[in-house]
Amino acid sequence: MYLNEIPELTIKNLTVRYGDGCPDCQNNLEKNRCTVCETIWAANDISFDVYPGEVLGIVGESGSGKSTLMRSLYFDFFPTFGTATLKNFKDGEANIWDASVAEQRMIKNTIMGMVYQNPILGLRMDYSAASNIAEKIIAAGSRNAFQMNARVTELLEAVEIPTSRMSEPPKNFSGGMQQRVQISKALANNPAILLLDEVTTGLDLSVQARVLDLIRKIKAKHGISILLVSHDLAVIRMLADRTIVMLDGKIVESGLTDQILEDPQHAYTQQLVHSLI
Amino acid sequence: MNNNYNYAFLDEGSKREIRRSVLKAVAIPGYQVPFGSRELPIGRGWGTGGLQLTLSLIGPDDILKVIDQGSDESVNAVNIKKFVGLCTDIKTTKNTREATIIQTRHRIPEVPLRSNQILIFQVPIPEPLRVVEPREEITKKMHAEKDYSPIWLQLYESLVKYKKVTIPTEYPCMVEGRYVMNPSPIPKFDNPKLNKADCLYLFGAGREKKIYAIPPYTEVISLAFDDVPFERESFAGKICCLCGSKNTYLDEMFDAQTGEKFYQCSDTSYCQEVRQNVSK
Repeated sequence: MYLNEIPELTIKNLTVRYGDGCPDCQNNLEKNRCTVCETIWAANDISFDVYPGEVLGIVGESGSGKSTLMRSLYFDFFPTFGTATLKNFKDGEANIWDASVAEQRMIKNTIMGMVYQNPILGLRMDYSAASNIAEKIIAAGSRNAFQMNARVTELLEAVEIPTSRMSEPPKNFSGGMQQRVQISKALANNPAILLLDEVTTGLDLSVQARVLDLIRKIKAKHGISILLVSHDLAVIRMLADRTIVMLDGKIVESGLTDQILEDPQHAYTQQLVHSLI
Repeated sequence: MNNNYNYAFLDEGSKREIRRSVLKAVAIPGYQVPFGSRELPIGRGWGTGGLQLTLSLIGPDDILKVIDQGSDESVNAVNIKKFVGLCTDIKTTKNTREATIIQTRHRIPEVPLRSNQILIFQVPIPEPLRVVEPREEITKKMHAEKDYSPIWLQLYESLVKYKKVTIPTEYPCMVEGRYVMNPSPIPKFDNPKLNKADCLYLFGAGREKKIYAIPPYTEVISLAFDDVPFERESFAGKICCLCGSKNTYLDEMFDAQTGEKFYQCSDTSYCQEVRQNVSK
């Protein structure tokens, strides 16, 4: 399916370690913690590609390294080692974690968009919804207020937030609306990759359905690549083309979503799928 | 002059260090240079930054003027003038044209300053990004990376909420296309006077231990969106009740008896000069 395509994002050997490690760490891991030196391997030798227009689901239990992976990609912190390359950054030949601060800012503001599980991490709760979205546009270099207003209006309409409420701060909004403001913010500069970290967690079912429907529409309309982290297999089943299963900081299984859910190979995946059913 | 203290109160080593910081500030317009702010016989926050600059630069031939919100006769201005007079023998004045060093709080005089004059600002909060980022560590990085998006965001937020930029004082400006600077709490009416001026502007923040400068003929542009130009306060239709000036920054006042509103020049010496010229 993707044989002839250049990946939008390629991650190789991503490792995030808390602690100095020891020579025999990898042989003494109990879950993701070394029993000798107590180093935590939050993400352990993760490698995968994300292709243009695909939704890659990342599933796993709490503490399996899903958010660590996402937040490393968005420069919230830096991996111990590993590389990530983007098709739209230096022709895919430069590691984004070696980029200058200005380049990282450019990547965050124009190539990637991030939606956090907790809206407090992604939004300025005291600024208006319009300003939250405009922040990305300003960071990308726009200094034209009229154009920004037009783009903000367009994005709010796309996520079905009444433009009459654009001057209100997100702290006045419901959880679902806050997530939708985050999604508009992430889409502000037409990014090539959207990072969605547990976007529906904590929302009630009807609101979850609206947010998921919105993501589906975005995928259909913009054709952007989406990295979708969730511990909810129903969400993964609905949206993801391919899926990676993570456990204790490692990838234990990957493949087409239907294949993973219908015919799981790894014991943990089987347990996960059966617990759903 | 009180001989129990060194000339101009500060010891020569301190003055030298402050002058070195001033030189660095002049060399990098708009950049905040840290300095070892000294103890003075006035409280921090009452003009100690400006005063240290004045004391380190003043010499026997200088003529000093001190103003506080445009007034030569406010308690703060009079006391600073008295203090500098006590530990030097310099002449003080209320006449802007006569002064060689002018220490000010919150205003730039109405009379255009010349190249042989220095205007020293007392600055409470030197960091223009403080309103958007409380951590000094981060604001330093933002300046280093020229990452000024949050300050633009603040302007945009103002447009969203009030349909216009509503920052009345400390209006941020870009110095020589590099550093965003807080022009002390001067009203934005005075911001254009900073651009390509003949005189040297020095800014001292004693409590925050920072000095910065705008050398003569430096480009200082108040931040504004491409399609929403920078606007000063408008006093259209209002005149000074004492001198009749229409083009100065006016203070709004109320008559204690009648409650009637009237306007008066904020720059008291300019107002007096206009009245004297009229009476002549």
